[in-house]
Amino acid sequence: MAFFLETLLNGLMAGMLYSLVALGFVLIFKASGVFNFAQGAMVLFAALAMARFAEWIPQWTGIESRWLANTVAFVLAGAVMFVVAWLVERLVLRHLVNQEAATLLMATLGITYFMEGLGQTLFGSDIYKIDIGMPKEPIFAFESVFEGGILINQEDLIAAAIAAVLVAGLSVFFQKTATGRALRAVADDHQAAQSIGIPLNRIWVIVWCVAGVVALVAGMIWGSKLGVQFSLATVALRALPVIILGGLTSVPGAIIGGLIIGVGEKLSEVYLGPFVGGGIEIWFAYMLALVFLLFRPQGLFGEKIIDRV
Amino acid sequence: MFYRENGQFKTTYAADQQIFAIAQDRWAILALIAFAFIGVPMLADEYLFRAIFIPFLILALAAVGVNILVGYCGQISLGSGAFMAVGAYAAYNTFVRIEGMPLLLALLSGGFFATLVGIFFGIPSLRVKGLYLAVATLAAQFFCDWAFLRIGWFTHGNPSGSVSVSNLQVFGLPVESPLQKYLFCLALLVLFALLAKNLVRSAIGREWMAIRDMDVAAAVIGIRPMYAKLSAFAVSSFIIGVAGALWGFVHLGAWEPAAFSVDRSFQLLFMVIIGGLGSIMGSFFGAAFIVVLPIVLNQLLPALGSLVGVEISTAAISHTEFMVFGALIVWFLIVEPHGLAKLWSIGKQKLRLWPFPH
Repeated sequence: MAFFLETLLNGLMAGMLYSLVALGFVLIFKASGVFNFAQGAMVLFAALAMARFAEWIPQWTGIESRWLANTVAFVLAGAVMFVVAWLVERLVLRHLVNQEAATLLMATLGITYFMEGLGQTLFGSDIYKIDIGMPKEPIFAFESVFEGGILINQEDLIAAAIAAVLVAGLSVFFQKTATGRALRAVADDHQAAQSIGIPLNRIWVIVWCVAGVVALVAGMIWGSKLGVQFSLATVALRALPVIILGGLTSVPGAIIGGLIIGVGEKLSEVYLGPFVGGGIEIWFAYMLALVFLLFRPQGLFGEKIIDRV
Repeated sequence: MFYRENGQFKTTYAADQQIFAIAQDRWAILALIAFAFIGVPMLADEYLFRAIFIPFLILALAAVGVNILVGYCGQISLGSGAFMAVGAYAAYNTFVRIEGMPLLLALLSGGFFATLVGIFFGIPSLRVKGLYLAVATLAAQFFCDWAFLRIGWFTHGNPSGSVSVSNLQVFGLPVESPLQKYLFCLALLVLFALLAKNLVRSAIGREWMAIRDMDVAAAVIGIRPMYAKLSAFAVSSFIIGVAGALWGFVHLGAWEPAAFSVDRSFQLLFMVIIGGLGSIMGSFFGAAFIVVLPIVLNQLLPALGSLVGVEISTAAISHTEFMVFGALIVWFLIVEPHGLAKLWSIGKQKLRLWPFPH
C-alpha cells in the first residue's frame, strides 16, 4: 500500500511537470489555433538561456549571491522569450493567417528546427546545470501511518508548488485583467473579437510571450532536475498525450490530463512494465490518451466538435 | 508556343481519360523516365547514387504513400515512420525465416504487414479528427519504436534491434552495386507511382477526396466513411511499408529501429506538405527538396565560411544546418502554402499562353 501510494504520488508530481509543458500548447492553441510543436524547443531554448545567463552574470557583473544571479537570469531569459514571441508573430504567424492546420503545424516544426539550432549556437550544446537551490534530499511522510513512511522528493514537491502557483497566477491573469479578457475573447471567436477592436496581432504576441514564460518555468524545473541538454526538447512529445487527453482548448484539461498521464505512466511502468520488458512509459501514455479519445473525441474538457454540412 | 493542346482531338473516352491528356506532357514524362533509366546511369557516379538518387527514390515512394493518406484522404498522420519500420522488419523476418524467399515477395510481405498495422492504427480515425488524430497516430510511432527495440522475436534476438541483410537478388540478377540498386528502386517507384496515380483518379480516390473535403457531407451522399478512411490507411501504409522495406534492404543494408524514428515521420510529412498536398507529382518534388537540401547545406556552409575567412566547427555547421533548414521550411510555407506542385501547375498554365498571352 505504501509503495502504491508512493508510486501514485511520484506520478502526480511527474504529471504536474507534464501539465506545465502542456499548458504552453493549450494557451497558444486557444488563442491562435496553432498547434505549437515548437513548445518543446521553446522549453529547451528558455532553459539554455536561463542556465547560461546564470553562469555568465557572476562573471560579467561580479554578483556573488546565487539567488540574485538566478533572478536576473530568469528576467533576462524572460526577455529573450519575449523577443522570440515577437519575432515568431512578426515573421511567421502574420503571414500564415487562415492557412490549414497541417500547414501551421509544419511551420511550427520549422520554428522548432530553427530554435534548436539557434539555441545551441548561441548558448552552446553541452549539458548545463540550473541550480536554483532546490533541496535534493528526500523526506519521509506519513511515518505514523505506514511502516517506513512514504518517500517523497522534496524537489518534486517544490516543483509541483511552483507549477500550482503558476497556474493560479495564469487563471487570475485570464479572469481578472483586461488583457486576459481580450485573450479569452480571441480564443472564443477570432472574427468577433477583431470586430470589437481587439488587435489580433498584439494578442498573439502576448500569448506566445505567456507561453514562453510558461516554457521558461517548465525548462527551469526540468533543467534543475535533469540538467539542461538537447533531450529537453523531446519533452514536448511527452506532453502531447496530455493535451489530447485533456482537450486542446482547455486549461484545466491540461492540468488534469497531466496528472492522469503522470499517474498512468508511473503505475504502468511499475506494475505492467516487468511483464513486457519495461520502457513502456512513453507509448503507454499515448495508448491511454487514445482510449479516452475513443469515448470523447474532443478530449475530456475540449469544446464539443459540431459538424455542419 | 510549344505547350498547347490545340489540334489534339479526343475521339474516344479512353483518350479523354488518360493521365497526361496533353501530348507534350506525355512525351516529356516518357523522356524523363527514359533519361532516368538510361541517361542517369551513364552520367552519375557512385556517390551520387548512394547519397542522393537511391534515398530520393525510396523516400519519394514513401511520400507518395503519405500523400494518399494526408493529401488525398485528409487524415494527418505522424506514424509514417512506424509503418516504414513495420515494413522493414516484416520483410526482414519473412526474408530470413523462410528459406529461399525471393526479395520481391519479401518486400511485398513487408507492405502487407504494414497494411495490417496501418488499418489497426487507422481505427481511431473513425472517431477522432484533425490534430487529435495526428497525435493519436504518434501512438503507432512510439509503440513500434518500443516493440522493435524490446521484443526480440522481431529482430531474431539481436540486441538493440539492429539487423542486416545481404545477398539480394531479383530474378537471379544481383542487387548489390549502387547502379543495380538504383535501377531496382526506380522500377518499383515508377510502378507504384503509376498505380497510385490511377488509384486516386478512380472511384475510390474520389471517395477519399470527398472525405477530405467534408466527411459529414460525404457520408450524407452515401460514401462509407469507415471504408474510405480505412482503405486510405491500408493503401498508404502498404506503399509506405514497401518503401520502408526498401530503405532497410536496399539503402541501409543494416539498420536499427532508430532509422525509423519519429523524425522520419516528420520528414515524410514535410515532403508531402512542401511538395504539395494531394498531388503525386508533389511527392517527388518534396522528396527531392528534403533529400537534397541537407546535402547542399552541408557542402555550402563550410565553403561560405572559408570565403568569409571563418573556420566553422562541425558542431556549428550542424547547428547552422538546423537553422537554415527550419528557416527555409517556414519561408517556403509562407511563399507557397500549397507546395511546389502548385508552383509547377502555375508554371504550366503560364507556359500554355507563352509567348502570346492574348
